[in-house]
Amino acid sequence: MKIHNTRGGRIFDAANYVFLSLIGLITLLPFVYVFAGSFATEAEITRRAFFVWPEQFTMGSYEYIFATPAFVRALVTTILVTAVGTLVQLAFTVTMAYPLAKKTLRGRNAILSLVVFAMVFSGGMIPTFLLVKDLGLLNSYWALILPAAINPFSLIIIKNFFQELPAELEESAKMDGATEIGILWRILLPLSKPVLATFALFYAVGIWNDFMSPLLYLSDNSKWTLQMYLRQVTAASDLLGTGNVDPNYVPPEQGIKFAVIVVATLPILIFYPFLQKHFAKGMLIGSVKG
Amino acid sequence: MAAPVIDSLAGERTRRTAPAPRNGGRFSVHFAHYKWLYLLLLPGVVYFAVFRYAPMYGVSIAFKDYVPFLGVNGSPWVGFRNFEDFFANPDFPRLLGNTLILAFLNLGVAFPLTIILALLLNEVRLSILKRTVQTLVYIPHFLSWTIVASLSFLLFALDIGPLFQFLNNSMGTHIDFLSDPAWFRPLIVLQEIWKNTGWGTIIFLAALSTVDQDQYEAAIIDGAGRFRRVWHITLPAIRSTIIVMLILAIGQMLNTGFEQIYLMTNALNREVADVFDTYVYFVGITQGAYSYSTAVGLFKSLVGIVLIFGTNWLAKRFNQSGLF
Repeated sequence: MKIHNTRGGRIFDAANYVFLSLIGLITLLPFVYVFAGSFATEAEITRRAFFVWPEQFTMGSYEYIFATPAFVRALVTTILVTAVGTLVQLAFTVTMAYPLAKKTLRGRNAILSLVVFAMVFSGGMIPTFLLVKDLGLLNSYWALILPAAINPFSLIIIKNFFQELPAELEESAKMDGATEIGILWRILLPLSKPVLATFALFYAVGIWNDFMSPLLYLSDNSKWTLQMYLRQVTAASDLLGTGNVDPNYVPPEQGIKFAVIVVATLPILIFYPFLQKHFAKGMLIGSVKG
Repeated sequence: MAAPVIDSLAGERTRRTAPAPRNGGRFSVHFAHYKWLYLLLLPGVVYFAVFRYAPMYGVSIAFKDYVPFLGVNGSPWVGFRNFEDFFANPDFPRLLGNTLILAFLNLGVAFPLTIILALLLNEVRLSILKRTVQTLVYIPHFLSWTIVASLSFLLFALDIGPLFQFLNNSMGTHIDFLSDPAWFRPLIVLQEIWKNTGWGTIIFLAALSTVDQDQYEAAIIDGAGRFRRVWHITLPAIRSTIIVMLILAIGQMLNTGFEQIYLMTNALNREVADVFDTYVYFVGITQGAYSYSTAVGLFKSLVGIVLIFGTNWLAKRFNQSGLF
């Protein structure tokens, strides 16, 4: 259908296109500034209020941070915790989703109700903190992984996915004498690769971006993750009366802060095309379910 | 991929027929047949028991005087004393005020902006422009609050921040965005807009894509202009989506994101920055008042539940489809 466009309509269209383009650019501007600044000299950052292209390129800020043990430690820690955490969380979710996909399993409905209840109600910050403390997980990286091991919503979607797979696949494997664990490992998991990749990404972003768990559970600053390190680097100069920042910490030059922000953002930007595609779907599924 | 998942959520299908014990058989036989499945179920069940349900039981310390070495069970009951202390504390009205003001600013500014942005995007017929803008405005959603806060610290910093310098050079103002309490709330709302407005449009755009195109044609024949079509056709068509999202937003009203507020809080803006979530952290974790802060958290959750049921009831009263 071709909508006849009036003159007013054309003016509106033009204004709308310009306006939306501006919105897009403004969204991007902080990154561009920080990215450019991370390659600029300190003198240039101080002299020029704002720029999107450095006059003089330098890798100085990156050389500096990658020579800083605390930064490298935080980066390596975060990569490892994210990798291990994603695998652990995915394993917990899949192993629970598979039996729950069997309608004939007794106790299934009761367990599903408890899972849904846990989506709505939670113990809250303090009781969870006390539990982690009583389990002896304070200052352990497991505290960043285990409390969020299963996202109830992901669990239910993966369960539904297993339920939809044709039953014949499993039955023939059973004839050949495979156990349920063998079926899950050799037949269902290879079939579910795209779905599992989506949820792996979901968990990975959650762990990478998590600030609250390390803040609550890692008081030892030699164990800090990248988000904690970033926060110390960028916020130390801001008179925080909130604790958790070492009062003797001397804030670094601006260029260093820029470089740390870029490193913390980069993995998200690299995976962004996948994220955009899969998360948008996930959000719509969520809205259908309510 | 989306469609089959939606289908499967809508209705459970019984396609799979297991070859053995159905309901009614002896449990030991059933269990023996399904032992591998029960084994697989075990880690998940333990997870839910330990990390989801034990903390719910732990909420009972809100009614106790929690002493760490006595544990949750051993600590003495004190009834509603923690709640009474909280309501009598001058912090209470301040927290309530700060939380509500931020919540209403987000509802009143960020929420309508999301709808407006979705409507504007929906009017775009140049699909390359639409997709490019969408790609750009979705990005900030995936960044951590630490990065958002860090970007704010750099852009708004006193003396050296680009925004400070720009305003200082062009208007001679001298605004300390990061410490001046008056700027705390605008900054929080601005961050929220930057981070989540773009992403929030997804749901409205999905609703907008289902609007019946024939109605527009009929409206054009009747001589309705662009704005009248939006007002009389587009908006009514997505009304139920708007109401559902509004109910959800109101239910989440007291959940002013902990990470965001915590990161933007400093010694100078505490007076306006403190909200329930960060207060629970400061009083509970840094000062060790576990029972008292659990009571504060419980109060907040209860009000949240009342809000979501209340809004739902109101929506139904005004003849709109509610959430449940």
